Amino acid sequence: MRGLVVHQVGPGVAVQDLGRPGFLAMGLTRGGAADVRAVHEGAALLGQSPDCAVLEMVGTGGTFEASEDMRIALTGAMMNAQIDGAAAAWNASHRVPKGGQLVIGPTRTGTYGYLHVGGGFETPAPLGSRATHQSCGLGALVTAGDVLPVGSDRGGDVGLTLPQDARFEGGGVRIVPSMQTLDFADDIRARFATTEFRRDPRANRQGVRLDSDGAGFANPKALSIVSEVIVQGDIQITGDGTPFVLMAESQTTGGYPRIGTVLPCDLPRVAQAPAGAVLRFEFLSLEDGRDVQARANADWARLPASVVPLVRDPAMMQDLLKYQLVSGAVSATHSELDEG
Amino acid sequence: MSEPDFTPIIRSVGLAGVLVTFGDRATDSANRAAIAFRGAVDALAWPEVAESSSTLVSAFFRVDLAEHSYDAFRARLADVLASRDWTQAGLPAGRALWTIPAVFGTDRAPQFSEAAEAAGLTDAAALADLTGTRLRVLTLGFAPGQPYLGTLGAAWDIPRQVGLTPNVPAGALVAAVRQVCLFAKDTPTGWRHVGQSAFACFRPDADVPFPLAPGDEVQFSDISAAELARIEAHGGDGAVREVLG
Repeated sequence: MRGLVVHQVGPGVAVQDLGRPGFLAMGLTRGGAADVRAVHEGAALLGQSPDCAVLEMVGTGGTFEASEDMRIALTGAMMNAQIDGAAAAWNASHRVPKGGQLVIGPTRTGTYGYLHVGGGFETPAPLGSRATHQSCGLGALVTAGDVLPVGSDRGGDVGLTLPQDARFEGGGVRIVPSMQTLDFADDIRARFATTEFRRDPRANRQGVRLDSDGAGFANPKALSIVSEVIVQGDIQITGDGTPFVLMAESQTTGGYPRIGTVLPCDLPRVAQAPAGAVLRFEFLSLEDGRDVQARANADWARLPASVVPLVRDPAMMQDLLKYQLVSGAVSATHSELDEG
Repeated sequence: MSEPDFTPIIRSVGLAGVLVTFGDRATDSANRAAIAFRGAVDALAWPEVAESSSTLVSAFFRVDLAEHSYDAFRARLADVLASRDWTQAGLPAGRALWTIPAVFGTDRAPQFSEAAEAAGLTDAAALADLTGTRLRVLTLGFAPGQPYLGTLGAAWDIPRQVGLTPNVPAGALVAAVRQVCLFAKDTPTGWRHVGQSAFACFRPDADVPFPLAPGDEVQFSDISAAELARIEAHGGDGAVREVLG
């Protein structure tokens, strides 16, 4: 079987994909990768569908061996990676030969790192998805000794990279109204929008707790609501006034009011913010939020066209440029670096 | 019990969809309206609706509001909403009636008598209510496939316990606020453990992973602890499903 053999693995490693939609009415949330952008980036680097399943890694990765020649890509939170002892760039695609050892170490920045393989992981797909949803008994964490089946790869280049995105250290997050936003008094919403929050260490695939100094954001009017539908990115305010951003594995309904909903394109920034990172929230109208999200959707669709060759050796790159300048044979509008 | 003065409201939920709400309290009529309205909109098969669901008092339609105009979708929903009084609408056809055997009381459901007392009922009267009321799946949630069933009579408007029972097992019937919840998995809870069944609400490997759907009806039948043990020993649940016309 074509597969990735797991020799050693960290405690938070699981197969994920874009989730399991279609079961909201049955109380099963979509789940799937915490950082959906990273899934799209890996797919762009390998020239394959973003529906291919990936390995999501929290904290550290593991030691893996390829049963056959494979292409891989590494995206999301930056981690130390080596292929047969040589450092492998993050945010890039690589080749791992048959029997090659891939070692992925601790996270350096961000929270969720991703390992993609050409052809995608082909683990069982209960209810139509390979997304691991532990609390619902769908899939299980990866453990040492597992052999993760890998689909056939139609092949393609490696040594490609994407421009580094700035979503791994917190920052500004745009939100639009949720159904209970107007139940919160104007002054509470205004204070929410001017507060610097810190990502609490108590964060997981269900939700991210936000800490702040000063008073909480509880609203007496909003406390007596009937339990209502939850969508990914909802910011619920619990009884003591603490905000939680609800993530991929949140429940489908909840009894705490929502002050707003993070735009899907900004949710990876919340997912990736490391413990203690500062997050700020900016309210947009539904119309402005729609426009921002539509532009982001277009940007994500262009990711495959944004892939560029990884330049491994800056010294060689300088020599190349010098040679081209001397020769005078290169078009000024033609970027050699983009051609590799 | 109905809320004649409540005007249904339509709200966006982030960019993920649109919610139509039929009450600001969890009443039986608001729930019926939400289920009926969801069924009616689903029957229209609008292509922008990726999926729908219903909660205790609302119908939700998942629509990508980055791609589809909220105002236009809202207007179409408002037309359907105005076409009739949804609190008086019949529920969708094809729903199921489940008869589920359960033990009430004994060490399998140790809070039955305590719940009866909280409801101001004798054990016999409480048992008659829990097995004689045809309950409706108000909504599924908290865990996959887990039903909130209603609506019991006013006596059963008993509050949740202040403290949690650490671990009530899967298949348990727990009661509070005029509802019965049938647990999909072992759960800590403030609801009182009044009955125990062998019914599995979520069967990820089965052809029908979610046996119950919102709007289905459930009637419990009283069996002995010995009978439940026999059902469990055979790996079954003893439940019977009929389709309602």
